[in-house]
Amino acid sequence: MPSTWWLKRKSYFMFMVRELTCLFVGGYALFLLILVSQLNDADGFAALLKNPLVIVLQVIALPMVLYHTVTWLNLTPKVLVIWRGESRVSPVLIAAAHYLAWLVVSVIILWIVSMYR
Amino acid sequence: MAASEPTPSDKTVVLEVFRYRPEEEEEPTFQRYEVPYFEDWVVLDALNHIKDEIDGTLSFRWSCRMGVCGSCGMMVNGDPKLTCAAFLRDYHPATIRVEPLNYFPVVRDLVINMEDFLEKMTEVKAWLVPKEEKPVSEGEYRQTPAELAKYKQFSMCINCMLCYSACPVYGQNQSFLGPAAIALAQRYNLDSRDGATEERADVIFSHEGIWECTFVGDCTRVCPKNVDPAGAIQQAKVSATEDWYRSVLVPWGKRNVKST
Amino acid sequence: MDLLQHDILIVGGGGAGLRAAIAIGEENHDLSVGVISKVYPMRSHTVSAEGGAAAVIKPTDSLDNHCYDTISGADWMADQDAVELFVNEAPAELTQLEHWGCPWSREPDGSVAVRPFGGMKIERTWFAADKTGFHMLHTLFQTALKYNNVTRYDEWFATKLLVHDGVCQGVVALELRTGQVRAIAGKGTILCTGGAGRIFSFTTNAAIKTGDGMSLAYRAGVPLKDMEFVQYHPTGLPGTGILITEASRGEGGILVNKDGHRYLQDYELGDPLDVSDPDHPRKRTMELGPRDRLSQAFVQERQKGRTIEGEYGDYVHLDVRHMGEKKINKKIPFVRELCRNYAGIDPVHELIPVRPVVHYVMGGVHTNTDGETPLPGLFAAGECACVSINGANRLGSNSLTELLVFGARAARAAVRFASESPGIAVEEITAQAAQEQQRIRQQFFQPGNGSESIAGIRGELTKTMEAGAGIYRNANSLQETCSTIRELKERFDKVELADHSLTFNTELTAALELEYMLNVAEALAHSALARRESRGSHQRTDYPERDDEQFLKHSLAYQAEGDPRIEYLDVVITRWPPGERIYGSK
Repeated sequence: MPSTWWLKRKSYFMFMVRELTCLFVGGYALFLLILVSQLNDADGFAALLKNPLVIVLQVIALPMVLYHTVTWLNLTPKVLVIWRGESRVSPVLIAAAHYLAWLVVSVIILWIVSMYR
Repeated sequence: MAASEPTPSDKTVVLEVFRYRPEEEEEPTFQRYEVPYFEDWVVLDALNHIKDEIDGTLSFRWSCRMGVCGSCGMMVNGDPKLTCAAFLRDYHPATIRVEPLNYFPVVRDLVINMEDFLEKMTEVKAWLVPKEEKPVSEGEYRQTPAELAKYKQFSMCINCMLCYSACPVYGQNQSFLGPAAIALAQRYNLDSRDGATEERADVIFSHEGIWECTFVGDCTRVCPKNVDPAGAIQQAKVSATEDWYRSVLVPWGKRNVKST
Repeated sequence: MDLLQHDILIVGGGGAGLRAAIAIGEENHDLSVGVISKVYPMRSHTVSAEGGAAAVIKPTDSLDNHCYDTISGADWMADQDAVELFVNEAPAELTQLEHWGCPWSREPDGSVAVRPFGGMKIERTWFAADKTGFHMLHTLFQTALKYNNVTRYDEWFATKLLVHDGVCQGVVALELRTGQVRAIAGKGTILCTGGAGRIFSFTTNAAIKTGDGMSLAYRAGVPLKDMEFVQYHPTGLPGTGILITEASRGEGGILVNKDGHRYLQDYELGDPLDVSDPDHPRKRTMELGPRDRLSQAFVQERQKGRTIEGEYGDYVHLDVRHMGEKKINKKIPFVRELCRNYAGIDPVHELIPVRPVVHYVMGGVHTNTDGETPLPGLFAAGECACVSINGANRLGSNSLTELLVFGARAARAAVRFASESPGIAVEEITAQAAQEQQRIRQQFFQPGNGSESIAGIRGELTKTMEAGAGIYRNANSLQETCSTIRELKERFDKVELADHSLTFNTELTAALELEYMLNVAEALAHSALARRESRGSHQRTDYPERDDEQFLKHSLAYQAEGDPRIEYLDVVITRWPPGERIYGSK
């Protein structure tokens, strides 16, 4: 198999993109750790966030992490199989339930954050 | 084949077919054939026309021509397909490229060697091992429609090998058990009558089994029978993980690999 | 080269062959079995059977009922001792298959479900959705993987029976991958090679159904029994011939002509019930009549100009719309898939175009109830054999069960024979194999002789069979066909292959198959010519009546110099004296 195998089909290419997004997820976790390490230093904290390179990375990371999330949520029906009698609970419903859970958790987090503004 | 290049007309279509004659040549070649075009013809009809009327030396497998025997899998324009279900009208007037299935050794022309898969069927113990013995005189094992539904989808595999040809993991590493073999194992694991999930676990819940899979998902995409082998593998991953946690947290408990 | 040897050889890896192999795997594990198949076993044509397998299971049913249905369905050509035995062993065989994992469709309480089928008084057709043959074959194949005393010769093409001292001692087979032709010896050889639908133009049958085993036996002096009886399945797709299972009628589908009229009521098949009537479909009535009568009704409708013209000939409509999408998806999902893919229609909303197409050969290698042929050491089971339980017309869903019952019986008989066998005449059969290799080389690879094409001869063969030996025949049409076959046999000598390679030479196998087809066609056409009566699926317009006095006998076609020699053998009658076939009564 040539090392460019993943360029041969669209589905292979999108698979590689999906896999690569984990770098951005990991990268962002690292970034958060760096932010935590700057907590004592208000100026350093602000400087880090205003750094143009950091902003560019953020701009790239957001769609990547979103794509990571969406592909992950869309695949949940493949793993979570619930039977009701002779038929499976619709995969759409399972994915939708996960999206709903994501929404709920996001709302809770935003609410918690808003309490400390 | 004639020296002039065939040009397709409304009534014809050109097939570019992979040829490999191990006794005559070291390397494979491609040969172009112009065949009549009909609305309801499939690629297999075109191949048969070539064999019957143009070039009797073309070798390929086929049998039922209705998508149930699994013989006629080939790469059509780079996609693994059953040639009995690939209609010329979906390609015409473009040239149609026909090649043997990816990732299998080629025996001759469009015929591949599929021994690897057959060995894997035996490796995964693809047969029913009843949980409890019951003499035939006592009748059938009871199985409700709901219990049947749990494994039914995975029992529909026609062993056509299209999934193997779509799987880049198998392409890289032929020791990967592969989609169809694992789906077949799951068919038995999920069968309420079967009791050999643990026996199969060693083969399937292994590095060359489910953990080699990175969920590209193309196997399910190309499967002509909607078996969803990718689903089977991911479900097996969940079972295997549950089993592992149970064995770690409850090591004195019976190793009971519960199928989803 | 070392001689390949086994205790038992099985030629053909379909339902019957695999059942035979498993029988030996289970009951005689010390014996070695060789299964020789020209395709990988899961490609065998058993895989395309759809509707179901019959065995008595309901408390309201009885073995005698199944017997009577089968015997009357066969128009009294079935050997009643064989039918009684078959019907008796059927339930255990299907239950055994369930124990091996077959996913039979179920009732809500978990017991096996059954559905109505043509010619059967009470529901007794076990089914696995509408892919019964597929599930049965895969269950058998996967089960057979368990036994290490079974060796498979996948993609080995049998070309000749090895006979020495009047005993069959194995076969000569061509290994497709390497082109080598070798003897494979066996103390008992069981032919399970299936039927020969491909000798007709329109057939449900796959490419591989070319009558190989029938011809192997025929050439070895074994008679082919009842070859004139060929079943046309009433509902195949026009053009491709793809099978639309009888189960679609068992679940309530109806047949209508170009005026939307349920024409079967005009052919003594009873009165139609409205499709919404809870008793529809009534057993042994209308669309659940026997296949021969339904196919004959089509021809007569066509003669009256009431069928619909199409580019592949005339057809009628099968209407399942009233079943509704849910029921169709549950009971006949494969039918829906086939219609959408190959007929371009969705049966939930549209009518299915159908016409009779050749489906099954009732005739075959003459065997007794143990699958023994007159040639010691040679056995046969399945469609390639004729016991006979199907007589002049087979009831749908009897043949899948037949594979299991007689596959197992033939295996046991072969084992008994092998245990008393003095052994293999190694030198003689090795010499025969070498001769066979020479024969093939000389026949097909000599340059300069070839003026005929395989496809050309095959096309003419199928055309003459369809025209002269179809649903309705007469002396003229049959004589014409016999004479065409004679001519084609001569022309076959001038076939030369373009492909001279040893590696997977499918042109060679196509030529060998055509040779088999010519043998089978010859036996069929001559047997049909000799039978001057009409019975079941053999309808002579010049002899339209059934004639029990002269012809309540099986025909036996023996290969001879020139035309085959036809002899007759009495049908075994036990408890059901010949009567009239009555369908459609309450």
